[in-house]
Amino acid sequence: MTISKKAACNSHGQDSSYFLGWEEYEKNPFHESTNPNGIIQMGLAENQLSFDLLESWLAANPDAASFKRDGQSIFRELALFQDYHGLPIFKNALAQFMAEIRGNKVRFDPNNLVLTAGATSANETLIFCLADPGDAFLLPTPYYPGFDRDLKWRTGVEIVPIQCTSRNGFRITSPAVEEAYKLAQKRNLKVKGVLITNPSNPLGITLSRKELNLLLNFVEKKGIHLISDEIYSGTVFDSAEFVSIMELLPNRNNPQLMNRVHVVYSLSKDLGLPGFRVGSIYSNDRLVVAGATKMSSFGLISSQTQYLLSAILSDQVFAKKYVVENRMRLRNRHTVLVSGLRRVGISCLESNAGLFCWVDMRHLLSSDSLEAEMELWKKVVYDVGLNISPGSSCHCAEHGWFRVCFANMTEDTLDLAIRRIKSFVDSISPIKHCRNSRSKSISKWVSRLSFHDRECDR
Amino acid sequence: MLGSQEYILSKIASNDGHGENSAFFDGWKAYDADPYHPTKNPNGVIQMGLAENQLSFDLVEEWVRNNPMASICTPEGASQFKDIAIFQDYHGLPEFRNAVARFMEKVRGDRVRFDPDRIVMSGGATGAQETLTFCLADPGEALLVPTPYYPANDRDLTWRTGVELVPVICDSSNGFKMTRDGLEAAYKAALDSNTTVKGLLLNNPSNPLGTVLDREALSMALSFTNDKNIHLICDEIYSATVFDEPGFVSIAEILAESPDANPDLVHIVYSLSKDLGFPGFRVGILYSYNDAVVCCARKMSSFGLVSTQTQRMLASMLADEEFVGKFLAESAARLGARRAAMCQGLAQMGVGSLKGSAGLYCWMDLRRLLKAATFEAEMELWRVIVNDVRINVSPGASFHCAEPGWFRVCFANMDEETMRVALSRISKLVVQSKSGEARKQCRRRSKLEISLSFRRLEEIMMSPHSPMTSPLVRTMT
Repeated sequence: MTISKKAACNSHGQDSSYFLGWEEYEKNPFHESTNPNGIIQMGLAENQLSFDLLESWLAANPDAASFKRDGQSIFRELALFQDYHGLPIFKNALAQFMAEIRGNKVRFDPNNLVLTAGATSANETLIFCLADPGDAFLLPTPYYPGFDRDLKWRTGVEIVPIQCTSRNGFRITSPAVEEAYKLAQKRNLKVKGVLITNPSNPLGITLSRKELNLLLNFVEKKGIHLISDEIYSGTVFDSAEFVSIMELLPNRNNPQLMNRVHVVYSLSKDLGLPGFRVGSIYSNDRLVVAGATKMSSFGLISSQTQYLLSAILSDQVFAKKYVVENRMRLRNRHTVLVSGLRRVGISCLESNAGLFCWVDMRHLLSSDSLEAEMELWKKVVYDVGLNISPGSSCHCAEHGWFRVCFANMTEDTLDLAIRRIKSFVDSISPIKHCRNSRSKSISKWVSRLSFHDRECDR
Repeated sequence: MLGSQEYILSKIASNDGHGENSAFFDGWKAYDADPYHPTKNPNGVIQMGLAENQLSFDLVEEWVRNNPMASICTPEGASQFKDIAIFQDYHGLPEFRNAVARFMEKVRGDRVRFDPDRIVMSGGATGAQETLTFCLADPGEALLVPTPYYPANDRDLTWRTGVELVPVICDSSNGFKMTRDGLEAAYKAALDSNTTVKGLLLNNPSNPLGTVLDREALSMALSFTNDKNIHLICDEIYSATVFDEPGFVSIAEILAESPDANPDLVHIVYSLSKDLGFPGFRVGILYSYNDAVVCCARKMSSFGLVSTQTQRMLASMLADEEFVGKFLAESAARLGARRAAMCQGLAQMGVGSLKGSAGLYCWMDLRRLLKAATFEAEMELWRVIVNDVRINVSPGASFHCAEPGWFRVCFANMDEETMRVALSRISKLVVQSKSGEARKQCRRRSKLEISLSFRRLEEIMMSPHSPMTSPLVRTMT
């Protein structure tokens, strides 16, 4: 008997190179003592830099940790609590935390929060609420590969790309948005909204006020939705630089528009807790909140996790301290990677957020093509021993860009990764006695490289 | 402007597929507005519409106290915190899968083996049911489901999937047993309306009946689905609530004994919400004998993984075989005793219930209290029970029961004293009904209540899962 079309197709997107790199890493994972020549995982956008802060909080707060409140066990109440409205103390604390990250320039009403099992579930649930099968959402490229699964797979909704390029630092422009809309219309797709990630994954940049306003103008004009996935909002190195879409809404004085802008959040990146599956949808539209709340039945957050996190986040002194310290550590780590790459002639898109850099390896391509990007990627995975994410897996319009993560390893491992990249770049510098055809193609590449090297030395 | 607002949402978000606009939620509303408390509110509504297992928490709490290492937050377990917090592999912690497989085996008396690699996580059984439906059927296709069935099947199997449910009518003439003729009739009815049937969903032990399927019934279901080349989904969520003979037989056992059956068609849904009493921890399990389904369901599990904090704790708890053995035996005994007390209490006032050996509820027969053998009369009686007798029970119509007059009444979500109070209230209803007094009250009350019956619930902060009167909500808002 056949299974469903959804089960048989590959819209889950897991045949993409993004996931294949993971598989290779799983087969041969780096370990500083037991497998020092293994593949270093740099394709995983995780924040492992600030666990010590959480661990010391736990050590100092044993009651919260062990299902107790005022010395009394609340295990039973937690075990029975399955109300899809969520634990009120958790929603209050989460709303407060989200405001704190935005420098308290925005206030979040806990009643407008819907809790979901991770941002994965939040994004899918929002699409189920806002679009019918065959409708479309516009997304700026490059974008998080998981969106192909989260937004399209079971919902039957399409993604139409808003193409962004390095010509202007991958910024979103009005012409690009209009072009995407026209493309959707040509494909007979009804556009239901735009989805942005701010700060951007994979770019690591915060969206500018100009970009946010042009998007608001656009969705206002078209009467459609805007979803802002702000899952990396706590990773902005300098908090003053982050502008949440919610900040700009009051100035618009348009209640209907207010009801069409929705924010997705999660604790997976800012707090580094992806295993706990803590996601949320924030919307001013009561119908969206109501619908999404009912749908959250399919992926609620474990009550014990809600309780633990409510205790941590309600400690506002700790939460403030964490946010500041975490940002600083991310900024420092970012600097290590960027300067390390620069020393070997590799530049990155100038970025101010995220757990990764958007690295420009166009000069290392044998040609400006997808094949060349894949060729380079395979070299980096198998020969250099680094799992990084090729731009094509993020639907980037240009070849040669790679996302490289820096916050999921120790500083020693990062240094090692940079040394490996340096060896790789050095190894493909001019080789004098190449006779076979393979080395001819290498030497073409080499002459391009060596030219670049000379440029960098100036 | 509401019209244009609704337009801007999807059809799914705007329709009633979630099932919560049903009039039956008035029972929950009545309870939430006026919850029973033995001292503070002795005239309040007693909640008997919630199938929860609250009888054996002491055993679990004792285990948690004695095993601080199982928590990643205690000093004993904190060294695991980081590794557990960053683990988001949708295969789940190996120790968790192993422990769940082992637990499922123990519940089935070690008569059958489960492969941990076929265990897929989901957001509760709610998530497992939906995920399995997404994997097995396309929009417009159908699943056969014997009635009466768990009301939320309508939401879980059809709301976002676009799949339909075709009822297989069962009635009291044979104790609501499913028959081959009944299955064939339902299958034919679907074909006649140009609907492709993709599978049969069984709930064993049954909610709301509290009965188990015997070997014959399970073999018949397996043979029917094999003949039609359709899937067989067995929701075994109440498997450890079996307290009496006939005991529990899992489809896994029948499959193991049927070498000619096609294993690619067999799937099991499970959860720890009922057997262990942990609905808040959201532990849903999908077990399939079909590799493609395991693979696909696992990818879909990204939408509802179990928190690793919870996986870690349960891996530890369920691996403690001594605890598990003791828990299963004690929990079953307590459920059996409670049910016996409930059913004997009902019998003493002349109220029958379907004989059953499992579940957290009984299927109560109030047909002779109906003014007429109609669903309107059942609704009227239900309103009397909720508003006058002050007990929230679930009327058979909400389970798509084909006969009016049956009600599901839960007994495992309260203490013994509360159950005794409930029984004495029911007894008054029965006595009044005999004297005809209740009929007059029915008419008076039902006029008042009709105005309440179709109020939309979106404006009311309420959940069908658990009332807002949870102490965690009361004290913390």
